[in-house]
Amino acid sequence: MIAEIWQTYQTEPLLWIIVTVVAFLIASWINRLAGRTPLLHPVVVGLLLIIGLLKLTGTEYDTYKEGARFIHFLLGPAVVALAVPLYDNLARVRSMLLPLLVACTTGAIVAALTAIAVGVWLDLSMQTLLSLAPKSVTTPIAIGIADKIGGYPSLTAGLVLITGALGCLMSPFVCKVLRVDDPAIRGFSLGVAAHAMGTAYAFEYGALAGAFGGLAMGMTGTFTAFMLPPLIALLGL
Amino acid sequence: MVNGFLILLLCQLIGELIVFSLDVPVPGAVVGMVLLLVGLIVRGNVPEGVRTSAQGLLSILPLLLVPAGVGLMVHYELIVSEWPVILAALVVSTFVTLVLVTLLLKWMSQSSVSQADGDRE
Repeated sequence: MIAEIWQTYQTEPLLWIIVTVVAFLIASWINRLAGRTPLLHPVVVGLLLIIGLLKLTGTEYDTYKEGARFIHFLLGPAVVALAVPLYDNLARVRSMLLPLLVACTTGAIVAALTAIAVGVWLDLSMQTLLSLAPKSVTTPIAIGIADKIGGYPSLTAGLVLITGALGCLMSPFVCKVLRVDDPAIRGFSLGVAAHAMGTAYAFEYGALAGAFGGLAMGMTGTFTAFMLPPLIALLGL
Repeated sequence: MVNGFLILLLCQLIGELIVFSLDVPVPGAVVGMVLLLVGLIVRGNVPEGVRTSAQGLLSILPLLLVPAGVGLMVHYELIVSEWPVILAALVVSTFVTLVLVTLLLKWMSQSSVSQADGDRE
């Protein structure tokens, strides 16, 4: 009976959408219990819960992906929606345009180069290295870049999220040590180093920080998409 | 609300079409974001429906990132064998980037503020 129901619903999108939402809610609840520490970021805990469930039930990733793609799809319009907080804070963006451009381009190049440098230094395999390079960029862009330069797109997607969690974890500490409390700077540095997860986290400092996070994410992603393939060729990887 | 959602989707669609026809490596959604921003600037305000839809989507942004991350399970063996190096690279790179971007913005926004003060004198 249960096996029969499982057989039927295993291929239904509904099941995997519910699994994703429930896993995320449980992960958010764990995160709240743990005092909102980015160490147990809801996205990372949520995806680990789902991976555990898929392994336990012997389900292939492709079966899960078939259903969860309906959630994944909404990422597109959500990225478009970032234009709204950006528009709301346009005056502030205009007044800081040059510093923002310099910080974004420098940050994007340094993020890719330091990751590649540590990887090369510690003898990482080539495909992993290439999957690692676009890790500071938001998931949809990173997947496209990884595909182009010869990494594993699905590995990149995971590394992007771990990077996001690390960025959220380090940001309060970095801002405290450097004595920065401007929400625009907090949000922007989170967006450059930790893409959409940094942006989502920046919204906790208010809409201004969130808007700058979204701006940084868009600028860094776009710039990296054009910069990384020639940089990889230049490094001879 | 529904027409706002339609506007977001249309911006993404036009973005996808631009990306496809120009063969640029940027995702259509990012181009769509730029298009919507330009549209809002031209219009001079945010239509209520667009604002409601945007707020709804942005409030669940973290949830939307989960499905792609589950793809990590495909690379289980690779991660088990290389995780110390992967983690080291991620930690070093993220930390250096955060510090650098924060410092750059702090210095440059301070100098532009003091320059503006200088102009007033």
